Amino acid sequence: MIRMTDIHEAPPEPASIGAEQIEYLEQLARIRLSGEEKERTARDLSKILDYIEMLGELDTEGVDPLSHPVTTEPVFREDKAVNDDRRDAMLRNAPEHKDGCFKVPKTVE
Amino acid sequence: MANFETVMGIEVHVELSTKSKIFCGCSARFGDEANAHVCEGCAGMPGTLPTLNRRVVEYAVRAGLALNCEISRFSRFDRKSYFYPDLPASYQVTQLYHPICKNGHLDIVADGKTKRIGINRIHIEEDAGKLVHDDWDDCSLVDYNRCSVPLIEIVSEPDFRSADEVVAYLEKLKATLQYLGVSDCKMQEGSMRADINLSVRPVGSEKFGVRTEMKNMASLKSIARAIAGETRRHIDAIESGETLIQETRRWDDNKGFSFAMRNKENAKDYKYFPDPNLMPVIVEEEYIREIRASLPELPEEKKARYIREFGLPEYDADILTGSRYLVAVFERAADICKNPKEASNWVMTELLKLLNDAQMQPEDMKFSPDSLGTILNMLTEGKINRAVAKKTFAEVFESDVDPVDYVRKNGLMQVSDTGSIEPVIREVLDANRKAVSEYLAGNEKSIQFLIGQSMKALRGKGDPQVVRDLLIKGLDERKG
Repeated sequence: MIRMTDIHEAPPEPASIGAEQIEYLEQLARIRLSGEEKERTARDLSKILDYIEMLGELDTEGVDPLSHPVTTEPVFREDKAVNDDRRDAMLRNAPEHKDGCFKVPKTVE
Repeated sequence: MANFETVMGIEVHVELSTKSKIFCGCSARFGDEANAHVCEGCAGMPGTLPTLNRRVVEYAVRAGLALNCEISRFSRFDRKSYFYPDLPASYQVTQLYHPICKNGHLDIVADGKTKRIGINRIHIEEDAGKLVHDDWDDCSLVDYNRCSVPLIEIVSEPDFRSADEVVAYLEKLKATLQYLGVSDCKMQEGSMRADINLSVRPVGSEKFGVRTEMKNMASLKSIARAIAGETRRHIDAIESGETLIQETRRWDDNKGFSFAMRNKENAKDYKYFPDPNLMPVIVEEEYIREIRASLPELPEEKKARYIREFGLPEYDADILTGSRYLVAVFERAADICKNPKEASNWVMTELLKLLNDAQMQPEDMKFSPDSLGTILNMLTEGKINRAVAKKTFAEVFESDVDPVDYVRKNGLMQVSDTGSIEPVIREVLDANRKAVSEYLAGNEKSIQFLIGQSMKALRGKGDPQVVRDLLIKGLDERKG
């Protein structure tokens, strides 16, 4: 695994990601980090952002944003329902199921 | 109450009537057993790759052309990320940055005026699964049959000022999409869903008020009530100096008010980015031309033609063309009986009454399209009378009987030969001396009673004209 420090020997001052943003990201990603993990993640993410910032040095004036690296004809599927009912096989992938449904913790909006 | 105006925009989600889902070969059919149509792809398992259903692009372009949109030669798919159990991939594929259709409009008639409603965009996206909450087991159960069923989202400009305009727009949109064959638009089955963005401002003000969004709109009637209720809530808040918050609310049609949806405590951040697994959609001018040429006659053109060619009243033409399912019954009947006015009258009176009594929508009709025309022909040929025709049509509507068989099996053929009717008339005249003497004394209305009695004796099958003529003849004989 490549560590960010290996790529970027002398990173600029990493200040872009603060504690508040880490908490926000925790919520979005539905994960919980310990205090030490928070600090490390903030440091790493800041370095990543700084690294990506290098792109900002390029002059992209007049260049259209690229939406896909490959430009070939689009690939289509014909509108046919070809799949069999494989409910039982699909449900076997779930940690829990009930009444033919995937069972999840109660989620009410 | 100061003068306020309500400003609304509508987002309509419509499920496309494709046979299969948008990116995999699973069936898109509604109403089957839970999770019968699920594969690794639409269950969001890592390592699967999507392949776009050709018909989805075709249907979106059809809808776009019918709604006067510009069709983007280049459009593209983006991922909208959020965690919710109805979305197994944890992102929805949609078109944020480059929608397939833009800048359209739809003309509606509301409050007696024609108004043009702007359509900002139409984009393609996939539907999510369905959650059922199990209170007994304190869990939620997920059915992914609907997951990845193709949708188009039609986003209007904030051009609506009244609930009538909103309802007229949704009805016109529904009729148009049904004509195009791109969706069945059944609100009760969720294949057409509307979100209303609403704000209130003092009349004359240029600035928009604070906007709230209402989801979960299940019928046109509940939409009209929700708009009235939410407008009242906004005005109350403005007048009492309360602060309105921009939020998503759910309308509870039973309680008659909206409440804020619990927002899972966190702000939304969908982290949109182009889906690297899907190629951009490039459509050629030639393809757009072909689709444009294949568009059916739309409600407006049809209505004008009905008035012009068949001489139908505008009101009737408007109702008939309001649903392609009514159009189908009408056009087939008119074609068979060669009498469009008669066919229109039957749809406008008998069919609408039957639908209303059964609390059904035109799209739920099940009878053979030829039946009404067959009944009208029997009527014109004098094989059945009008009352029997109505009874037979009700039976066709109810259980799709063959009208000719039904009339024959139940012996409902019209009796018009004088030899069979005369003896009945004599009996009726003998048995109702009071009505006879009233008639003879100059009260001509009494003949209606005698016609009724005669028809009853003929078990409803008598030819009304023959019965009337013979009655008058019999009464005249008794004058002396």
